[in-house]
Amino acid sequence: MAILELKNINHYFGGLHAVSDFSLKVEEGELIGLIGPNGAGKTTIFNLVSGFYKPTEGEIGFCGKSISGLKPHEVTGLGIARTFQNIRLWNSMTVLENLCISQHYRLGYGFVDSVLQTRRYADKEKEVIKSAREFLEILDLKECENEYPKNLSYGLQRRLEIGRALTIRPRLLLLDEPAAGMTAGDIEQLIKLVKWIREKFKLTILLIEHQMKVVMGLCEKICVLDFGEIIAEGIPSEIRKNPRVIKAYLGEEVTVNA
Amino acid sequence: MKRYLSFILYGILCFVVIAGARSGLIDTYQQVIIMFIGINIILCSSLNLINGYMGEFSCGHAGFMAVGAYVTSILNVWLFTSSQIFGEPVLSPVAAVFLFPVTLIVGGIAAALAGLLVAIPSVRTRGDYLAIITLAVNYIVKSSIENIQVIGGARGFMGMGKVVDSMTGVLNLPWVMIWIFAFTAFCIWVLNHFVNSTYGKGIIAVRDDEIAAEIMSVDTNRMKIVAFTLSSGMAGVAGGLFAHVLGYINPGSFTIMKSTEIMVMVYLGGMGSLSGSVLSAVSFTLLMEVLRPLQVYKWVLIPLLLIILMLFRPEGIMGNRELTDVFPKLRRFFPSKEL
Repeated sequence: MAILELKNINHYFGGLHAVSDFSLKVEEGELIGLIGPNGAGKTTIFNLVSGFYKPTEGEIGFCGKSISGLKPHEVTGLGIARTFQNIRLWNSMTVLENLCISQHYRLGYGFVDSVLQTRRYADKEKEVIKSAREFLEILDLKECENEYPKNLSYGLQRRLEIGRALTIRPRLLLLDEPAAGMTAGDIEQLIKLVKWIREKFKLTILLIEHQMKVVMGLCEKICVLDFGEIIAEGIPSEIRKNPRVIKAYLGEEVTVNA
Repeated sequence: MKRYLSFILYGILCFVVIAGARSGLIDTYQQVIIMFIGINIILCSSLNLINGYMGEFSCGHAGFMAVGAYVTSILNVWLFTSSQIFGEPVLSPVAAVFLFPVTLIVGGIAAALAGLLVAIPSVRTRGDYLAIITLAVNYIVKSSIENIQVIGGARGFMGMGKVVDSMTGVLNLPWVMIWIFAFTAFCIWVLNHFVNSTYGKGIIAVRDDEIAAEIMSVDTNRMKIVAFTLSSGMAGVAGGLFAHVLGYINPGSFTIMKSTEIMVMVYLGGMGSLSGSVLSAVSFTLLMEVLRPLQVYKWVLIPLLLIILMLFRPEGIMGNRELTDVFPKLRRFFPSKEL
């Protein structure tokens, strides 16, 4: 059974046909890259899957259940986590708090418990902090526990954002341009990290990326979008040679007469 | 023992003030100021939850205060005093001593329900739009009260003095002051626990990045409703206490001017700082009294001070830090549970 299935998705922003007749099947354990020029509709697809937009037409299924129309936090609760193109961390709270709040949906206590500091509150809070600390350890961010995210280096912020997504204990992870703005060294690390978390947490990953080094280095399957449509799908070596992809990325070949 | 140190210190302070009031060392005028400080602390810290911690902009806090003030006052006058409107008291006036906090809480619940009623349709809006909605709510509440003639309309509502009298008749203590101390401590206690729990920090996540909060598992609508309801409920309690300090209320006390005053205190103290709210409520109330001899010129000087503050310290007295962050030694008075 496919873990994520998008069926004939159409999405409009006013008159703009942002995603047109998009279908995609992601099998458990796959790592699929979603590439395409700017404005092709990649992030829109992420926003549709994470419930931030409701598709104008079409059906989104996660583990066989329809999730179109669910609220974002409900989708997250089912096990879909994501990162953002422009880093969105909660900057007025410490690194540890960031990793705690992302577990909000499964806190298991409410307002009354938090005010009276009941036993349940204490237990759950301990659990949440413990698991946040585990992720800090895993991500090698232990020294920055009480640091504010804005004071971290760009690469660390990216890593923290991936960590925050992991605290949700997702089955499907959506990474939106994780390598944007990174140096070559950071990118090497990132590729290693993604490979490693995929093994460790048995994740299915959907990845948007412009850095070909990342896409080619990580993805087993690539899906190329242009103007909201899939123009090519296949393994990296095929995509690299596909004339439509080259055209979409580089424009048409012209002979220059000097 | 250590955990309760702050409570014990606060208790001693309250005891000293009450003893001073009883012995006449603190005169009636000073007592009123002390009581207003308490009320302002409740108002300021509860509004801080919305305008500071959640980063929204509510400017109708006085409206919710009015709901609480009227509900509590009407209940007390109806239950414990003989009045022209309601006739003979329903319960023995003596019972007021025990039931006063209950009616206060009922007033708070009424205000909380009003807040809920506003919050549910307006969770989708934010920023300027929420400001306009809350502004409108303030006007709706004020105009509605003005037009309900049974409770005095624009002339106001009185009779709470008799309730206070019947309480002191039972036992000669400054009861209103005692309850102001109790509810001030209670509100700060609730807010402090709330904003320091991971659950409550959800509203700070909404302020920092609402999209991230929504997508990373925080039920933002629910958090907004909880915060809004809690905040307006506390404003209602403050309103009930306010009515019993003065013994007389009229809709003119709950205008946008009052809301602005509370907002000024929030921004003065620092958004997202409870100790800042307490500090600014104390200093603002005192400042207003110190400058009273200046009469109208007070309203030139205070806004001027605000402008200067905004120019040189736009984040307010405390920013979003707490006193314990600035003076770590204070931690031993407010030890947090080690997790």
